[in-house]
Amino acid sequence: MILKINNLHSEVAGKSILKGLNIEVKAGEVHAIMGPNGAGKSTLANIIAGKEDYEVTQGTIELNGEDISELSPEERAHAGVFLSFQYPVEIPGVSVTNFIKTAINETRKARGLEDMPAKDMLQKIREKSELLEIDRKFLSRSLNEGFSGGEKKRNEIFQMAMLEPKLAILDETDSGLDIDALRIVANGVNKLKSKDNAVIVITHYQRLLDYIIPDFVHVLYDGKIVKSGDASLALELEAKGYDWIKQELENLV
Amino acid sequence: MELKDKILSSYVAFENDMDMNSDIHEIRTKALENFEKLGFPTKKLEEWKYTSLNAVLKNDYSIFPNKEVFVDLADVKKYFIHDIDSYKVVFIDGKYNSFLSETTHETIDVCLMSAALTKPKYKIVIENYFNKIAKKDNLTSLNTAFAKEGAYIYIPKNVEVQKPIQIVHFTSGAEIATMMQPRNLIVVEENAHIQIIERHQSLNSNAVLSNVVTEVFVGRNATVDYYKIQNDNLNASLVDNTFIEQKTNSEVAVHTFSFGGNITRNNLNFYQRGEHINSILKGITIIEEKQHVDHHTLVHHIEPNCESHQDYKGIFDERSTGVFNGKVIVAKEAQKTNAYQQNNNILISDKSSVNAKPQLEIFADDVKCSHGCTVGQLDSDALFYMQQRGIPKKEGKALLMYAFANTVLDSVKIPEVKSRITKLIAQKLKVNIGFDL
Repeated sequence: MILKINNLHSEVAGKSILKGLNIEVKAGEVHAIMGPNGAGKSTLANIIAGKEDYEVTQGTIELNGEDISELSPEERAHAGVFLSFQYPVEIPGVSVTNFIKTAINETRKARGLEDMPAKDMLQKIREKSELLEIDRKFLSRSLNEGFSGGEKKRNEIFQMAMLEPKLAILDETDSGLDIDALRIVANGVNKLKSKDNAVIVITHYQRLLDYIIPDFVHVLYDGKIVKSGDASLALELEAKGYDWIKQELENLV
Repeated sequence: MELKDKILSSYVAFENDMDMNSDIHEIRTKALENFEKLGFPTKKLEEWKYTSLNAVLKNDYSIFPNKEVFVDLADVKKYFIHDIDSYKVVFIDGKYNSFLSETTHETIDVCLMSAALTKPKYKIVIENYFNKIAKKDNLTSLNTAFAKEGAYIYIPKNVEVQKPIQIVHFTSGAEIATMMQPRNLIVVEENAHIQIIERHQSLNSNAVLSNVVTEVFVGRNATVDYYKIQNDNLNASLVDNTFIEQKTNSEVAVHTFSFGGNITRNNLNFYQRGEHINSILKGITIIEEKQHVDHHTLVHHIEPNCESHQDYKGIFDERSTGVFNGKVIVAKEAQKTNAYQQNNNILISDKSSVNAKPQLEIFADDVKCSHGCTVGQLDSDALFYMQQRGIPKKEGKALLMYAFANTVLDSVKIPEVKSRITKLIAQKLKVNIGFDL
């Protein structure tokens, strides 16, 4: 089991966002989390990654069987959590290469390893940038500074490829992407998938799921997973919207 | 005895060593009278509202440090940018040190103020330039009264000086407290080009107060690229009074890096006497403990079609305090002026503070003047991004601060200076990141 979330409740600024969320993600699986705006999708992503503004009031988050809910964001990253940001941050004066080198070596340091030899680093950068069709010049530019929406997302997936996480969470990675960029990004994610890692795709639309085929689709609504199914659920949501789910829930009550 | 009285009474001994019949002596005497009348600045003066010298002035300074001090190159090498070929004018306790210096008289003059003020060979330049743009305020007057030693640089027209010139004023700390009045004069004639690196450094923790005056004259089409590295120890205070006059088509950039010192006050003044002039004023301040850095800038746009660009970044931790006062005057005749001013500050600690004041006085009606000023904290979303990639909080903060200050470093033209500054920043932020910041 890569990720196990049990009865998760959370608040931000006194407002309750997640209200008893459960999810289990096994190695080798791709899960999609869909849902209307304000359902708590991005909150879930940020909470798994450990953002401090969110308070977990109840429940547990386990990564590989270990409770990570008290760990700092960097400790979770070192344990293998990766979050592809909806809005990656611009860092002028620090190149993509230097940033990723720092990220990798800090992670290695935390795991008790020596810095990655420069030659291996270079080789890895070359390999992964080819995978994502990233130009050499791009790597020496300041991180995200002046990048187009598509370049930012591609750069996020490039970092994911370099860091090789156990659990990758893609938060609205498809937003702001044209169809070519979407294909490159999805292709990258698919190639990085293995029997040892897992991917959670958070998205509002079906579009990305045409390229990254999920094993499970969950509907997050009002802070809870209210429905789960296979890839066909995403198609149903795309066709019918979310109202029928709301209706179903009300009928239940 | 109060410091002011001590200074006034020591003047007699000082002038006895000087040529009392020279024009310079007259200038000095007038300046002393001026200082006697004005005294040291107090917080009652608008210009000194947020910077108090009171505590610093209580030290019992020796006015003319006299002990012979031997300094080993190995001990001071780190204060130079030593990985480049350069001219050096080096002083220890106000006295020229030939051992550490590398001066020249070939085509250009890179030498001593004491020589320039006394030898006939330099008489015309001194007559034309000495004390011509230095203000007549209290501290500049004090410096002028005791003006005797410093760097003298004269670049005749059409000369591109091939290596940077380093001006370094050391204080040995042989006295309990030392007061210094270094005086520099830099004349860059038409179509000449130079780069200057200036530093004031005390060699132990005894108190120092340096009151420096530098006059820079920049001819038509000339360029001056000037770097001030302020990273002195915590008992050393500095008042830097720099006056720059530019002629048509000239470009001057002054970068001031303030990381050290007790109280640092930078009075940086530009006077644009010509058209199509560009003046660039940039600075990075990173301080902590009870350090204080005050940037008072003035750009006087006197004629049309000129530009000025100011970009000052400040990062304040613990109980440190900062001041930015950016004054831009656009004279009535100075149409089509383009004046830009930016001052951004980050307060790391609740106890740090900054007083920022843009001061624009615009008398022309067809100009582009903008100013922006921010005081804020580090962006927590950006920090989270760093941490999410496995970069610990401390290193993440350092990277963000570096990114914040980067617009200033961008325009540093000497790579060795840039790499030294980035190292100093990493040192100041107490981080060791896997690459040269």
